[in-house]
Amino acid sequence: MTWSTIIIAGIVTYFTRMTMIALVDRDLLGEKVKEVLAYVPSAVFPAIIFPGIFINDYGTFIEINDPKIFGAIIAILVGYFSRNVIATILSGLSSYWVIIFLL
Amino acid sequence: MLTKTQLFSKGFLAVAPHMFSVIPFGIICGAIGIELGFDPVLVYAMSIIIFGGASQIVFLQLLSGGASALIAVTSVGVINSRHLLYGAVLSEYLEKLSFIKKLLISYIVVDQGFAESNKFFMKNRSEHHLHYHLIGSGVTLWIFWQLSTLAGIVLGSFVPEELGLKFAIPLTFIAIVVQDLKKIDHVIVMITCGLSSLLFFDAPFKSYIIISPIIALFVGALVLKLKK
Repeated sequence: MTWSTIIIAGIVTYFTRMTMIALVDRDLLGEKVKEVLAYVPSAVFPAIIFPGIFINDYGTFIEINDPKIFGAIIAILVGYFSRNVIATILSGLSSYWVIIFLL
Repeated sequence: MLTKTQLFSKGFLAVAPHMFSVIPFGIICGAIGIELGFDPVLVYAMSIIIFGGASQIVFLQLLSGGASALIAVTSVGVINSRHLLYGAVLSEYLEKLSFIKKLLISYIVVDQGFAESNKFFMKNRSEHHLHYHLIGSGVTLWIFWQLSTLAGIVLGSFVPEELGLKFAIPLTFIAIVVQDLKKIDHVIVMITCGLSSLLFFDAPFKSYIIISPIIALFVGALVLKLKK
């Protein structure tokens, strides 16, 4: 039962990855659509970022003084000016840890 | 002109920093499966068969909560439907590959690999064998995902929960989009997506993960029109 469910879930997932790459001819997409596709990273990743910061494990909104908000602001500033992925992640994590462990 | 090996290494190096979030997330994902009482072989098989972090966790939670197989599969499909957008973007650069190669490379398209390879593709359109960058980033993420979920299954959640390492996930994606904050049109698209995701967070099947990008892309299309 569960094995077949996993395999079906795997096939569905594989189709989400493969359809646009292998099955759909790119020429079917109009020029306007192609232009809009340049926004895909900016249009998708905030849907992972915002809930990851503002919604806690229980599915409710965090308080305004939650250390994750501070950590995210530091990460954005460091990332913006350093252009460095490791610095962005580590500055966000360490500023978050400073607040939860030291303050 | 870069060689295939050089492109592969660049793909590897581009996603290497993201291991700060991938590894803890993989450990959590493996450990949750065991804590929920699933067969370890089954939990690990998901990492190979589904290979999609967030969807694997939701899948296990739904099944253990007594949800039907149909609901679990639908949720996985909805959560992973964002790959359709990644594929639409990547198809421009993978057009010339044979059908078989397209089928194979599709398996390793994941968030961070798509994001980093797409950045590289935009700056290096004239390179031949561009897809080796995507193979480098995708294979790296695949290997570390396998190892970390396996570690979580065998060792349990040995990363202390107090460290709050789940917070590394939003941070890793902040690192991916932060340079686009320089462009006002991208900022508008990002804020639209972010606010929509909070607004629709309770929509069924975790569909906020695809509803908000669609809203944001419509706003992006509108912005493009106004710019002209």
